[in-house]
Amino acid sequence: MSELTATPSAAPGEVAVAHAFAAPPAQWRLLLRKPTFGIGAGILLFWLVCAVFGRLIAPFDPLAQQLLAKNGAPSGAHLFGTDDLGRDVLARVIVGARDILLIAPVATLLGAVLGAMLGLAMGYFGGVVDTVLGRIVEAVLALPVVIVAFLFIVAVGPSSITLILVVGFIFTPLIARTVRTAVLVERQQDYLASARLLGERPAFIMFAEILPNVLPVIVVEFTVRLGYAIFAVATLSFLGFGVQQPTPDWGGDIATNYGLLGAGYWWETLFPALAIASLVMALNLVTDSIEQVISS
Amino acid sequence: MTGSQPLPEAGPEAPTLVVEHLDVTYKVRGQDRPVVRDVSFTVGRRESYGLVGESGSGKSTVALALTRYLARNGRVSGGSIGINGLNPLAMSREDLRLLRARTVSMVYQEPGRALNPSIRAGRQIAEVFEIAGLGKESSLDRAVDMLRRVQIADPGRVMDRYPHELSGGMAQRVVIAMALAAEPSLLILDEPTTALDATVEAEILDLVAGLREQMSTSVLFISHNLAVVAKMCDRVGVLYAGELIEEGPAEKVFSASRHPYTVGLLRCIPRRGQRKDSGRLDAIPGFLPQPGQVMTGCVFAERCSLVVDECRQQPPPGFDVGLDHTARCYRHADVPEMPGTPPQDRPPGPSGLLDSPEGATPDPIVKIRSLDKTFGSGESAVKALTNVNIEVMRGETLGLVGESGSGKTTLARTLLGLTEPDPGSVITLDETPLTPGLRGRPLDQLKSLQIVFQNPDSALNRRRTVRWLISQPLKRLAGLTGGRLNERLTDLVRSVRMENRHLSLRPGQLSGGLKQRVAIARAFGGGPRLVVCDEPTSALDVSVQAAILNLLADLQAKEQVTYLFISHDLGVVRYLSDRIAVLYLGRVLELGPAEQVFGGPHHPYTEALLSAVPSLDGLDQQTPAARSPDGRPEITLRTERIKLTGEIPSAANPPSGCVFHTRCPRRLSTGVCETTEPPLAEVEPGHQISCHIPIDQLRVLQGSAAPKG
Repeated sequence: MSELTATPSAAPGEVAVAHAFAAPPAQWRLLLRKPTFGIGAGILLFWLVCAVFGRLIAPFDPLAQQLLAKNGAPSGAHLFGTDDLGRDVLARVIVGARDILLIAPVATLLGAVLGAMLGLAMGYFGGVVDTVLGRIVEAVLALPVVIVAFLFIVAVGPSSITLILVVGFIFTPLIARTVRTAVLVERQQDYLASARLLGERPAFIMFAEILPNVLPVIVVEFTVRLGYAIFAVATLSFLGFGVQQPTPDWGGDIATNYGLLGAGYWWETLFPALAIASLVMALNLVTDSIEQVISS
Repeated sequence: MTGSQPLPEAGPEAPTLVVEHLDVTYKVRGQDRPVVRDVSFTVGRRESYGLVGESGSGKSTVALALTRYLARNGRVSGGSIGINGLNPLAMSREDLRLLRARTVSMVYQEPGRALNPSIRAGRQIAEVFEIAGLGKESSLDRAVDMLRRVQIADPGRVMDRYPHELSGGMAQRVVIAMALAAEPSLLILDEPTTALDATVEAEILDLVAGLREQMSTSVLFISHNLAVVAKMCDRVGVLYAGELIEEGPAEKVFSASRHPYTVGLLRCIPRRGQRKDSGRLDAIPGFLPQPGQVMTGCVFAERCSLVVDECRQQPPPGFDVGLDHTARCYRHADVPEMPGTPPQDRPPGPSGLLDSPEGATPDPIVKIRSLDKTFGSGESAVKALTNVNIEVMRGETLGLVGESGSGKTTLARTLLGLTEPDPGSVITLDETPLTPGLRGRPLDQLKSLQIVFQNPDSALNRRRTVRWLISQPLKRLAGLTGGRLNERLTDLVRSVRMENRHLSLRPGQLSGGLKQRVAIARAFGGGPRLVVCDEPTSALDVSVQAAILNLLADLQAKEQVTYLFISHDLGVVRYLSDRIAVLYLGRVLELGPAEQVFGGPHHPYTEALLSAVPSLDGLDQQTPAARSPDGRPEITLRTERIKLTGEIPSAANPPSGCVFHTRCPRRLSTGVCETTEPPLAEVEPGHQISCHIPIDQLRVLQGSAAPKG
């Protein structure tokens, strides 16, 4: 029984089985025991190491051109082959993890913070606030994402900051909607009435009372959106609006090299594409496990 | 069909259900946890067997094990089950399916969840007959018959309804009709009336009792409500922490209990005539053990007042304590003389209504004048409260009773400011009008009015610690900080009988009783003058309820607060309340001192409410000679029982005239009830009734010239 009772001196039965929410350590144990979480987290960790120490790990300088060895097939010297400027594909894949793993999480975080605040306000105040903000959210959701991103980036000029802002703003209404739904569920609970009877202010009720209870929803939403953010950043780079050449970047490298697929130089496209796929898959595995643990 | 059968025990047939030494374990986080241990009982043909126990006692697990419906992580780890001589534990899938389809039926607590929401009620019943091999047409005909047998007045219309269009009582009838359609040998009723209102509960119980006489079905009745089991069952088994601690004929178990737990349970229910000023309720100390907790010795030893060393070392075997009556207690011989909590007087307060001399004018703290509350507008407007006029006296407990939908909670929420009343309504606190909502309500008024909610799980923020939860009102309302905050916090924690070590825990780590104590501490933190208690014990187990009621009464005496006490449990209301207001469809039908409202003469609705509730009163005086000829205890079958028929009308479309006339058993033949709404008139000093029948006539009708109880 001892692992269930929070205080060793508690009389038997006094402390009920700790709820998963109330005892984060137990949740962590459950999470770590899941094989899907292990695999996902492993791949994620690998790419994080690449992002941070990329230049040190990479077998070659990702920018070094060897025009004599261009379009070289995978071999002992160049495991992933070389591209049409003779740059090592493996080195570019490893170093290319950096920008995407910086931009995507920061953009998602921005979207999550803004979305959570918006969702809290819509859910808590309801009425006119909900109607007005809700319409705006719907209007934003109705716009084609790529076109909005295009226009914004063309107007402001491509840069990491621009990418972060664009992806963050695109995610805000999506996250806001999910958070709003969670807040509406919490609004039914008596603890909100109880807080109102203490004369608590709306900001306090939203952030000190409701936020901790909808945090799991926000965490799940964040991880789900992170996968989409990777896609979005890679797509924008592919279209030439993201990380600019010659900086190594998966989406950008696919864009430069996919024309050569017809000539049989598949490795120049395949390996960056696999990198994107593995990262998104790893995120999904982690997200699934977190969701399962939180909802259990 | 078989109404004149001899006593079940005397019947020549083999018993329907034999459970022997049943053990059930659940695997939780890789560990086997025993939740049912060594349970043995037998249900004879046409017998009704009751399993009583509090939450976590394993009563539903036993029922699920019988038909192998245990959750994935549960398994029967020992013992045997025989249903009509067949063992469901060793059955093939197909045999098991047939057993569930033909031999055993179950009825659960929530009728809404037992019915498929997308299939009409008639089809769902007809399905049972189709499975039995009947054609489509004849199945539908049989379904109509079945609905008639469960006393549904208009079976044709109910056949065509979807489950959400049925009221709770109606849906439960449909579920019972489905369960009985296959003419099962064994009907398992798992808390069948717990989710229903008292008047509806009474109807369903009557229905089940009536059907038992017509059909040759044995019943396994599972409930936490002792009075219901006493009323419905021939034999009773009391479960505690997964063990059957006492078992025997119903009247023996309830009137000559031989286990300390059974005695404790019976004692902690407020009896008729017992009131807060006449002493504390007997509470069972401690808490229910966690399901699956491994215990050496007697499972009840921790909480037992008769405990001796032997109890802690060796689990007691079942002792024979009478004919067919066993108790698992070493000290079963001493149980009848078991000491209760010594009768303690509540600390007398310096003033208050209770002690005020006769004739002193009570002083109203809250006045509610022509209060109306309408939800929605136009076509969909629902009038939740209509012209409510109530004065709440300083220091008293005003009990608010009525069925669900009567407006009890709306009235409380309006008073608190959580809901805004319609314009024109006036609520004053100490002669100062309250703001209609909470917006802009001065701190002094916020402080004065607080609430203890029904469900502490919902009322306490589950992500916060007990310390944070109790500190909040001290900071906000009492304006305390630093050392003085801590001092008051410690005081408050002690006054709700909790300990400092609880402060770092979160609600999820506390038992239901402790959670409610935290909620009470929160309500009292700001030094309130009036506390609304909205069904504060209905989510709690019986053995915990008494302790909470004692705490509330103690706090009232100490802090001189006024209570507005809402409950559907009339026994509890009676124990705590000085005055009672009876609500029906948003109107006050009766208002007066508790003893007059309960003792009568009272409004016909109050009368119906009172007679609907099964109670254990009069059980102690029960002698074997007083039993009815068929051997069943006549515990609650009061002759004066008046029945309410039909459903509570919708508040969106209330009946004309007196709103109660559609269900009133004493409706006047002159037709005045249908056309004119009677005023709430004073019939005795301080006692108001809204009824066309003159008080003297009510007195004669209800035979209550002298107040009872």
